[in-house]
Amino acid sequence: MKAFTQLFTRLDESNRTNDKVAAMRGYFAEAEPRSAAWALWFLMGNKLRAPVKTKMLREWASQLSEFPLWMVEECYSHVGDLAETLALILPVGKGGGEELPLWQLVEERVMALADWDGPLQFPLVRAAWSTLSSSERFVYNKLITGGFRVGVSRTLVTRALAEHAGIERAVMEHRLMGAWRPSAEAFERLLSEEDDGEASAAQPYPFFLAYPLEGAPADLGEPADWRAEWKWDGIRAQLIKRQGQVMLWSRGEEMIAERFPEVTTLAARLPEGTVLDGELMAWRDGRPLSFAVLQTRIGRTKLTPKVLKEAPAAFLAYDCLEFNGRDQRETPLRVRSALLHKAVAPLCSEHAESSILLADGVAFQNWEDLTKLREKSRERGVEGLMLKRWESPYRVGRVKGDWWKWKVDPYSVDAVLVAAQSGHGRRSGLFTDYTFALWKDTELVSFAKAYSGLTDAEIARVDRWVRQHTVSKHGPVRVVEPELVFELHFEGIAESSRHKSGLAVRFPRIARWREDKPAAEADSIGTVRALLRTSD
Amino acid sequence: MPRPPLIHATPHGLYCEAGGFYIDPWRPVDRAVITHAHSDHARSGSRAYLCSRSGEGVLRHRIGSASPIESLPFGEQTTMNGVTVSLHPAGHILGSAQVRVEHQGEVWVVSGDYKTAPDAAAENYEPVRCNHFITECTFGLPIYRWPDQADVFAELNQWWRANQELGRTSIVLAYSLGKAQRVLAGVDASIGPIAVHGAVAPFMPLYRREGIELPEVETLTKDNAQDYRGKGLVVAPGSVQGTTWLKKIAPNSLAFASGWMAVRGARRRLSLDRGFVLSDHVDWPGLIDAVKATGAETIGATHGHTAPFIRYAREVMGLNAYNVPTHFVGERIDREEPEEPQTELPLG
Repeated sequence: MKAFTQLFTRLDESNRTNDKVAAMRGYFAEAEPRSAAWALWFLMGNKLRAPVKTKMLREWASQLSEFPLWMVEECYSHVGDLAETLALILPVGKGGGEELPLWQLVEERVMALADWDGPLQFPLVRAAWSTLSSSERFVYNKLITGGFRVGVSRTLVTRALAEHAGIERAVMEHRLMGAWRPSAEAFERLLSEEDDGEASAAQPYPFFLAYPLEGAPADLGEPADWRAEWKWDGIRAQLIKRQGQVMLWSRGEEMIAERFPEVTTLAARLPEGTVLDGELMAWRDGRPLSFAVLQTRIGRTKLTPKVLKEAPAAFLAYDCLEFNGRDQRETPLRVRSALLHKAVAPLCSEHAESSILLADGVAFQNWEDLTKLREKSRERGVEGLMLKRWESPYRVGRVKGDWWKWKVDPYSVDAVLVAAQSGHGRRSGLFTDYTFALWKDTELVSFAKAYSGLTDAEIARVDRWVRQHTVSKHGPVRVVEPELVFELHFEGIAESSRHKSGLAVRFPRIARWREDKPAAEADSIGTVRALLRTSD
Repeated sequence: MPRPPLIHATPHGLYCEAGGFYIDPWRPVDRAVITHAHSDHARSGSRAYLCSRSGEGVLRHRIGSASPIESLPFGEQTTMNGVTVSLHPAGHILGSAQVRVEHQGEVWVVSGDYKTAPDAAAENYEPVRCNHFITECTFGLPIYRWPDQADVFAELNQWWRANQELGRTSIVLAYSLGKAQRVLAGVDASIGPIAVHGAVAPFMPLYRREGIELPEVETLTKDNAQDYRGKGLVVAPGSVQGTTWLKKIAPNSLAFASGWMAVRGARRRLSLDRGFVLSDHVDWPGLIDAVKATGAETIGATHGHTAPFIRYAREVMGLNAYNVPTHFVGERIDREEPEEPQTELPLG
C-alpha cells in the first residue's frame, strides 16, 4: 500500500512523461506480482464497484470529525473530490498501522466490505481511516468509493510495462486488451517472453484510430489511392470468432456480446479465426436509427423483447484484422477488404435483414464529388466520411497519415449561460460546468450542459463573472444573470421527453464566447427544431 | 437607542466613524490605518497613514517613499479623535498588524491577514482580547489544516536535492513580499546557491534591516544564470509561470508555496511539478483558536469562505457572526495575495 501510494503521488505530482514512466517502471520492478497486478489494473483505468455508499461515508466523516454534515458537503463542493475531502477533513490518522500489501488491502479490506450491510461497514472503515497516513487514506478512499482514476494514459502504462518486461510495445498492447482478473499469474503472463497464442483467444487487437482531417482532401493526393466510407455514429467494436466462440468488444474494451444477441448469433457462422472491425448501429430497413436508440441497448441491465424489437442492431463491418486464424494487420487495406468480403458476404446474402453487414465504400472519381457527397451526410444519418489509404496497414492507436475522419461541420447555436456549477479534478473550485438556455417566446429554457471548449484564461474570467452575478444558489448550482452568450456546437439532435426543452443534443461543447452578442440575440428553441427537421 | 457600530463597512473600506479613520481603505482617504503592505490592503493616495514600526519600510517601498506615514511600535497606544488605537502582531508578513480600537469601554480588533503558525520572517501572532473581532476567512474550511512547517521545509530541501541530481534548477513560486522571505529563511542554504527574481530583491534589505536573518542571495540575471542552472534554488513570483523567463533557466522543476496547494485540484490546475503547503494565512484550527482566544462575542468574517464559517460560528460555537463585505471576489487562488507589480524581468 505504501509503495502504491508513493507511486500514485509521484504520478500525480509530475507533468513529465519520462518521470511518470520511470516511476511506473520502478514500481513494477519492486512490487510483488500480486500487488503489481492490482496496481496495473487501476492504472489501466479499471474501477472497482463501490462497496460503500457515499452517503454513509459523509455521515461517518461528519461523526468522526465532529463537523456537521452540511460542513462536510460544503468542503466537498469546494474540493470537488469526495475521497480527498474525507481524507482532509477526518482527524489526523494515528498512522503506524500494519503495512498491508496492495492486493491484500484491495481483496480483503476493500472488496470484502461489500459483504457487510452499511452500518456494519463503519467499524472496518473507521479502523482503516485511523491507521492510514493521510496520503494512504486518500488512496483508500478512492478505492472504497470506486472512483479511482490515476492521471496517466493507457499508452504510457503500456510503455512502462513493455519497457519493464523488455517486450515490444505493440505486443504488450495486445496482451493488455480485453478484460482480465488481477492476479500474480496474470501479471507474470503479461511479462513472459513466450508467445501467448491460445491464452489470448478472447483478446481483441488494439484499435486503429483516425485523426480529424484538417486541410482539404486534395492535400491527400490521388483520389484513387483512397477508400472512402461513411462515418457511422455508433459504437466502434471488434467481432471475434475463434475456437468456436464469438466475442464482441467495444472500443472501451468492454465485452458487450450479451447486449447484441442478434449479432453474435449470426457471427457464430463466420469462418473460424476471423476478427472484424466495425460499427455497431441501431439499424432498420437499411438505415441507421439515432444513437439515442442504440443507447437503449447498452444502458439497461436486462434486454427485454420490447427493446430488441424497438432497437434492432447491426454490425457494419469495415475491416478484417484476422483471417483463417492469421493476423492480417500488416497486409494492405486493399487485400483486407477482399478478405472482409470473403468472410462476411455469405452471411449477408442469406438474409434480407442481416445483422452483420458490409460497410460499403463510397464511390467517387475526384475530391469535388466526394465533397458534395459529404454534404449529404446528415440526411443519411452519418457523421461524415472516413478516408483510408488503400495501401495502409492496420496500425495501433491514433496515428496520423493513413486514416482520416472528415466529419461534417457540427450544428451551431448561440445560447445564454443561465447556471454554473464548480468542476471536478483540476477544475475543482472553479465554476466550469455550465447550463445553457435558448429562448422560447420571452422565456429562457434550459437546453444543454457543456463543460469543455474554453481556455483556462476564459474559464477564469467566467468564474469571476459567475461569482459576481449570482442570482441564487441551489446547493452547488449557481443561477446567474442571463447575460453571457456562447456559441455551442453539437453533433446530433433528437426529440426527448426527459429534457425541458423537448430536445436532446449529442456532444454539446463550447465553440466560443460571443462577447459581441447580447442575450436577447441568442437563438431560440425553434431554431434548433428547424435543424432537427432538416436532418430527418 | 443602540449605538452605531464602532467600525463598519463602507464603499471605501472599513471605517471607524468615531475615530475618523479607515482600515486598509481601497480608495484614497484622509486617514488610513494599514495592517500590512500587500497591495490589496495598502493603496497609495491617502493623506495620512499609520502602520507598525517594523512594517514601515516595506510599506514605503509599496506606496512611495515620500508618503505621509507615521508608525507605531507594537502594543503602544495612540489616540485618534478620542479613540484609542494600537497595533498588535498578526504574523502574516513582516510588520503585519491587527488593529485594536477602543472607544467608550468597547474593544474591537480587525485582524487584517494573519496566521497563528510560526514564521522566521515575521513577528509571532499575538491574540488580543476584545468584544468584537473582524477576522479574515481566506481558508475558512476545515479541510485546510497546515502541516508542520518543519516538515514542509524538509520536503522542500529534499526536492531541491533530488532536482540537483537530475540537473534541474529548483524554482519556488512565492509572493515577492512575505512568502518569498519566509521560504528563504526556512530552506537549508547549504544545499546550493540561491537566487531571487528581480521582484523579490528590493524587499531583502528591508527585511534584513528589521533583523530578519536571510541567506545571501543574488538577483538572477542573464549573466549569472549559469551559476544557478541545474543546482540552484530560485525564488520568483507566480507571474513568471508560462513566460520565457523560465526557459532561460531550463531544465527546471517548478513548485508553488501556498496554502492552496493543500487541495490536489488546485495543484494540478496550475501544472506544477510540486506544491508545498505553506500559507501566510490562518488555517481552520488556527481560526477557531484565534476566535476563542479573543473572547469576542461578535465575529465579523471577511475574505474567502465566510458563509460556512459564519454558520459554524453561529450554530456550533454559539457566537454572533456576520459577513463583512469586501470588494474583492475572494475564494480564489490568485487572491491569496495581491497581484505582484510587474518588474522588468532581468533576463529579458
